Amino acid sequence: MSALPRRRALIRLGGILATAGTAVLMARYSQAEDPIGRVIEIEARRFRYSPNEIIVKQGEVVILTFRAVDFTHGFSVPDLNVRVDLIAGQITPVRLQPITVGRFPFLCDNFCGDGHEEMHGTLTVEA
Amino acid sequence: MDRRNFLNLAALGGGAVFVSSLPGCANLGATGKAANADFYFVQLSDVHWGYQGPANPDASVTLGKAVVAVNALAVQPDFVVFTGDLTHTTDDPIERRRRLREFRQIVADLKVKDVRFMPGEHDASLDRGAAFMEFFGATHYTFDHKGVHFIALDNVSDPGAKIGDEQLAWLEADLAKLDKAAPIVILTHRPLFDLAPKWDWATRDGAKAMQILMPYQNVTVFYGHIHQENHQMTGHIAHHSAKSLIFPLPAPGSQEKRTPLPWDPATPYKGLGFREVATSPQTAACTLNEFGLERS
Ligand SMILES: [Cu+2]
Repeated sequence: MSALPRRRALIRLGGILATAGTAVLMARYSQAEDPIGRVIEIEARRFRYSPNEIIVKQGEVVILTFRAVDFTHGFSVPDLNVRVDLIAGQITPVRLQPITVGRFPFLCDNFCGDGHEEMHGTLTVEA
Repeated sequence: MDRRNFLNLAALGGGAVFVSSLPGCANLGATGKAANADFYFVQLSDVHWGYQGPANPDASVTLGKAVVAVNALAVQPDFVVFTGDLTHTTDDPIERRRRLREFRQIVADLKVKDVRFMPGEHDASLDRGAAFMEFFGATHYTFDHKGVHFIALDNVSDPGAKIGDEQLAWLEADLAKLDKAAPIVILTHRPLFDLAPKWDWATRDGAKAMQILMPYQNVTVFYGHIHQENHQMTGHIAHHSAKSLIFPLPAPGSQEKRTPLPWDPATPYKGLGFREVATSPQTAACTLNEFGLERS
């Protein structure tokens, strides 16, 4: 139904995250078996992620550890079919293992005020 | 009214840019002849009253210009609808109400008194539509006009751009009362399909709404949010976004950032405008007539 179908999820997800649909390569979902990944701390604050350029290696398991300080921001990577609410005042870990090399824009998709439209960044997956 | 007369009058009145019949506007293409337009309405969108910035140094007078342009239409529309972002967002609940009040005062000068309002995320997302409802009532509703069923869907009061299961159930129940061939117009703010998710040009549960609408044969969707015209189909259902009245935005997903197109002093108001929609309940055909504010 979509004119611009989202890229099927070439990504492995774990932790609290369970996105709907397109389970193509999201298989092997398991918290217990997941190896400990590299932790990348990210602060989400109106209207910025710090850092907003995230660089990971292809196949690397990383745990993006979000701390939303002032609002329940969103974290959405449409190309990877990843999205999660970052509850204000909480730590939200997002475990992922990107399989596809590329630059994937991410954005806050919970309207958080004047500047919401500028709250975005890029996840770069390097070979 | 004969469609040709309607279009001529419209052109005289307000500087029509072009007239087009689009796929999905049922029967126009199929029969190759124009339908009789039984009535028309005007869609205005994305006013962002209260915006201050370089993308529109004339922001304080742009809405007034649009009101004058609509009032100058030789044949007045049956009604006018604003498809959201009446105001530019503010954290301050008092300022939000001040902007809504000023907006309402300015559009009170429309000659047409049947005016329908919808919220955008700038109006409603920070307080779940509370201020909007104080001024304009419900954020989702239906009405019938000369045989066409209109449904205003709210995909902005939830800050996560969800219609929500409750409203979806309401939509389903409302549609269940209709014949599958009934002419239906959906009014909403955000695209109901994934136009450019990386720019948040989508509705998180829009696919559910489309699924509910899909069995109905004559559905046309008019929306705003993206500050430009865009025409796309989901199966047999056409989606038409409208120009804004504050600043245009780049083509969907065409660049990394969805920054406003710069104001060009040589062509002020370029890319801003509104549209007329002529429709006929007999054929459910829609004819769009786009107006540029720079020409009026
Ligand atoms: Cu945010």
